[in-house]
Amino acid sequence: MRILKYLLQKEFLQIFRNKSMLPIIFAMPILQLCVLSFAATYDMKNTNLYIVDKDLSSHSRELISKFNGSPFFTVKEIGFSVEEAEKEIYKDKIDAILVFNDDFGKSVDLKNGASIQVLINAINASSAGLYNAYISSVIQDYNRNVSASIKEVNTGTPVHIVESSYLHQFNPEMKYIPYMLPGLLVLLVTVIGLFLSAMNVVREKEIGTIEQINVTPIKKYQFLLAKLIPFLLIGFIELGIGLLIAAFLFKIPFLGSVWLIYLVAFVYLIGILGFGLLISTQTNTQQQAMFIAWFFMVIFLLMSGLFTPVESMPDWGQKLNYFNPIAYFIKIIRMILLKGSGFMDIIKEVLILGIFAIVSVSIAVNRYRKVA
Amino acid sequence: MDMNSDVKVIKVKNLCKKFGDFTANDNLSFEVSKGEIFGFLGANGAGKTTAIKILCGLSYPSSGEISVAGFDVYKQREQLKRNIGYMSQKFSLYEDLTVFENIRFYGGIYGLSKEVIHSKADDLLKKLDLQHARNKRISSLPLGWKQKLAFSVAIFHDPEIVFLDEPTGGVDPVTRRQFWDLIYEASRQGITIFVTTHYMDEAEYCDRVSIMVDGKIEALDTPAKLKEDFNAEDMDQVFLALARKAINIE
Repeated sequence: MRILKYLLQKEFLQIFRNKSMLPIIFAMPILQLCVLSFAATYDMKNTNLYIVDKDLSSHSRELISKFNGSPFFTVKEIGFSVEEAEKEIYKDKIDAILVFNDDFGKSVDLKNGASIQVLINAINASSAGLYNAYISSVIQDYNRNVSASIKEVNTGTPVHIVESSYLHQFNPEMKYIPYMLPGLLVLLVTVIGLFLSAMNVVREKEIGTIEQINVTPIKKYQFLLAKLIPFLLIGFIELGIGLLIAAFLFKIPFLGSVWLIYLVAFVYLIGILGFGLLISTQTNTQQQAMFIAWFFMVIFLLMSGLFTPVESMPDWGQKLNYFNPIAYFIKIIRMILLKGSGFMDIIKEVLILGIFAIVSVSIAVNRYRKVA
Repeated sequence: MDMNSDVKVIKVKNLCKKFGDFTANDNLSFEVSKGEIFGFLGANGAGKTTAIKILCGLSYPSSGEISVAGFDVYKQREQLKRNIGYMSQKFSLYEDLTVFENIRFYGGIYGLSKEVIHSKADDLLKKLDLQHARNKRISSLPLGWKQKLAFSVAIFHDPEIVFLDEPTGGVDPVTRRQFWDLIYEASRQGITIFVTTHYMDEAEYCDRVSIMVDGKIEALDTPAKLKEDFNAEDMDQVFLALARKAINIE
């Protein structure tokens, strides 16, 4: 225990003496959180529409005016040729095309199922999904009006209007910041934790002090524990700063317990730091460590569903997320903050993170060789 | 020099170390007595560092019987480490810590108490005339001071043996001479010194030297005896005679 004290003392001195790292550790995440929270948006604004109206009936015009009136859509052009419209999509000037065939108006009057063709630029799958949803909701809204006016003329049998209504629970206005920000918090503590730990032991290898350590009777676990604890504390502080920003600057809901978040962060960070230390013990230069850490970071992050919906990944991709600690922590932190989930709701995910922590730390201790 | 030649603190018998097809240490056998200054000489790449790492418990031998400070290098690694000091070729103090912080750290991890660390650190700094630099960072010190300090830190926990791997590389002759004064002093206190070097003038300072060529020990005796055997004026000539022999064999 006394030995651990001296090791910790040395690590903290080194961290706080590194004048170039300290601002990076604390300023970068704050900046990241503020910038990304605004930039990484799923909100739809200004979807550019090209409308091909071969019908030119009052019904098609009515629907077009609905799109015109919506704040989400800008009707860029109204034309008669689908080919012309597609050219605009190729030029990336148009996000979606709506095609009214020449029998559209007639079909509405006859009530035998009018159809509109919607062509969406789906290069970005997640925004394409959103265009689709928004366009559908405008059309649905129009549908209701048509049915209602039909009902008026038809005295006799009532027309059954099937209406589906949505209630978005926990995030009623579908705001993106409450959804994105918890995920960005996870990203931030992960980047700091993984990179600091991955670069640390290997740095002692580079400057040669690791040999001096290896020739002493220090136990492997003592050495790695002394590396892990300071970074755990830094991670906690980062998380604290992030939560404060989330609460006071972005005013996102805090339905659950902050202590529960910290409990999960404790388990999670031990896993991430153990993984970082494992990278560090297996590499010989900081450059190698950096590349390997970056490799896993990118995979974990892109698979996690923070920036792209997991649902649009292939099946095997979704299954890979069973092994993705970032995905679990993002899920948990969203549950706690936005839904107010308690410990029993997240116990499965926490157990999995616990297993990840135990495995990564034990492999790191095992793979750290005092003897070559 | 008062040497208790009965007690052998390093015993090496048929030490071999292979890296694939390459034999770095080819059947080394030697013993070192307590308090002795043992010079381990050889050209670059002769296998000195490989051997020293095995003796320090930093590397596994391929075969051979080796005991250091009475402990077996295979089975009693941790006890062994408690009883040795090591100063590597690469500079081994933390540059971003101060002189005292480095001393405290190494003292602490060998389990010395706070009081002992403080009093020994004071003595040490006084001896090295470094009291004024106590709170200076290592990075701000000249190389010669760093090396003297690194040596003092390596013997701070009073080990039985200290291993020095080319401790005086890159410093001027005056500083090297001062460094050897520290080595003599440690030897007088009963610490056995195992030192590798490729400065042949330093070989003269050793009680006994071994000369390694291509992974084998080609000569092992006192400097005086070696000069006599090889009919040489100084150790440089002894070394060149052996090195030439190696080239002839090839």
